[in-house]
Amino acid sequence: MSEQPGHADHPGRHHHYTESDLSRDVADLETKSATAARIFDLRRIIGGLFVVYGVIVTIVGITDSQSAIDKAQGVNINLWTGIGMLLLGIFFLAWLKLRPTPPPVPPEGLPEEKESA
Amino acid sequence: MQTPTYGHTYLAAELRLPTNWLDYTILAIYFVVVLGIGFAARRSVKTSLDFFLSGRSLPAWITGLAFISANLAATEILGMAANSAQYGAYTVHWYWIGAIPAMVFLGLVMMPFYYGSKVRSVPEFLLLRFDRAAHLLSSILFAFAAILIAGVNLYALAIVVEALLGWPQWVAIVVAGAFVLAYITLGGLSSAIYNEVLQFFVILAALIPITVLGLKKVGGWNGLTDKLTATHGQNFTTAWGGTGIGSANPLGANWLTIVLGLGFVLSFGYWTTNFAEVQRALSAKNLSAGQRTPLIAAYPKIFIVFLVMIPGLVAAALIPNFGTAGSGYQYNDAIPYLMQELLPNGVLGIAVTGLLAAFMAGMAANVSSFNTVFTTDIWEKYVVPGREDGYYVRFGRLITVIGVCASIGTAFLASSFSNIMSYLQTLFSFFNVPMFVVFIVGMFWKRASAKAGFWGLLAGTVTAMVNYFVFYKKGIISLPSDQGANFVSAIAGFVAGAIVMFAVSLFTRPKPAEELQGLVYGTRSPGMAEPPAPGDDAWYRKPALLGWGAVVLAAACYIPFSF
Repeated sequence: MSEQPGHADHPGRHHHYTESDLSRDVADLETKSATAARIFDLRRIIGGLFVVYGVIVTIVGITDSQSAIDKAQGVNINLWTGIGMLLLGIFFLAWLKLRPTPPPVPPEGLPEEKESA
Repeated sequence: MQTPTYGHTYLAAELRLPTNWLDYTILAIYFVVVLGIGFAARRSVKTSLDFFLSGRSLPAWITGLAFISANLAATEILGMAANSAQYGAYTVHWYWIGAIPAMVFLGLVMMPFYYGSKVRSVPEFLLLRFDRAAHLLSSILFAFAAILIAGVNLYALAIVVEALLGWPQWVAIVVAGAFVLAYITLGGLSSAIYNEVLQFFVILAALIPITVLGLKKVGGWNGLTDKLTATHGQNFTTAWGGTGIGSANPLGANWLTIVLGLGFVLSFGYWTTNFAEVQRALSAKNLSAGQRTPLIAAYPKIFIVFLVMIPGLVAAALIPNFGTAGSGYQYNDAIPYLMQELLPNGVLGIAVTGLLAAFMAGMAANVSSFNTVFTTDIWEKYVVPGREDGYYVRFGRLITVIGVCASIGTAFLASSFSNIMSYLQTLFSFFNVPMFVVFIVGMFWKRASAKAGFWGLLAGTVTAMVNYFVFYKKGIISLPSDQGANFVSAIAGFVAGAIVMFAVSLFTRPKPAEELQGLVYGTRSPGMAEPPAPGDDAWYRKPALLGWGAVVLAAACYIPFSF
């Protein structure tokens, strides 16, 4: 099934690497590739890290001393940055929840699973 | 071309940041996550295509953010802030004319050829379009440049870490090298890309507070421009003031060299043929996602300039004679200085983490493109061809180890140059511009013969080097700054490459038309006939709309800086 019909070798030019050779090699590797099927979803990592960072920095902001606020030109920068990071983290987790990773597309040959429609 | 600074990279010794356990906790969490991504991505590596190109399976938002992140290394962040402190608002040119048009061109015009022909690297495209000589020369030049640039990133990280945190340079080099080695060897390109996307958000969380607080300290944008106009003159906060041909300005460039040298030749060379960038787009899951990769990246790129330019301008406004010998600060100190002055513990930890993450991502981008080119373009084609696929994955891991060790070597080599940023900048003009001329002629002129690629590449590289080392360094032609010299080298290399390709093509046989399908403008390859994936026909995913939208937005951004 990894053989691609229609890409006949050019006889007598075996040493010459042509586009059809390359296309076939890469198409072949693509069918065996595991990235699409097994790679984890990055949204979970970004969401998780930013929620953790957001919580830490927000707590620091709530308990900040006056000198820390004075240093930052009178802005409670830890609080605002913490809230911002927390919201970004929640955004990614919500996106993941609402649009979960689709199951990997089966190799070619199988029809699209649209029977439910 | 993306690291234009002139001052020495050494940061002022007194810039020690007041970090505490909290900041180190934030940094430690990041390192744990980076390694975790490496281990998790390891499960996805089954073929060489997974290891070198993420199985051509990633969604466009991930490859797009990785595309911008691979460029947003800390050399860029510190360098562009330094550029702004030294030259003022001219920095916007590196973004709005020096990046956006090239990124849009890559997405709309070049990606169909790159992605559709299924090449795994930029040199592999030259193999199909020209011949083995052009392929081998470009592979070797690229591998060489990638290791040098990775080493510069690593060394820049070491001096920043030494100045800010007080770690010895060799500790910083070995620790950062080991982390990059671990996560790329484990997970290949997927873990490099995932870490780049993560880094993008951390660096935003670092730069936004610095920019906001910096602006507040100088009294907002109006306070900033008033101060700078008083100390640096009217043109310092404009984009085009003083760039008429013949008029003097500190950049040493006029509007023509800015538009042609920076906007066309240098930036198109960097963005469209530098494999460390293009590799991100090639790992996308389909042609539409590949095309959208640089286009999605273009939008943040338009606005990131504010996050690096404003801190640079603020530093120039706050410290009299900032960057000159009397002030005690180098231009590169702009962002570290503001971190020290403005950020309390907590956000400070985020900012330190962002800078370290950016350095590691910049190095990882070069290492992950190096191992791909070395394995698929040099080893698999010329040294040990025809082995089973698993062999090349193992070899790719081995060459990653060697590449990282070589980068540590070139990092120590870079430490012997007093001005590494300017050295790095010049490297870009040698390696990217000749590659670009070969591409542009090869893609748009089907008569360009197989031999023309090699000779054009060689002529362009040699001309750019001769212009720099002989004409500029020996003072045969007078150019006001290194930057002006780089613009002129770029134009010279481009013209020489084009002329030689034209001349060689006239005297050698053209490639048969059937071998050029999908490689030359106006032809189509089989891969381009794939129907669009479901949902890709939505209006907001149309490449043409995204691309022209970015160009219009960048042009509109010029308006407030032009009058």
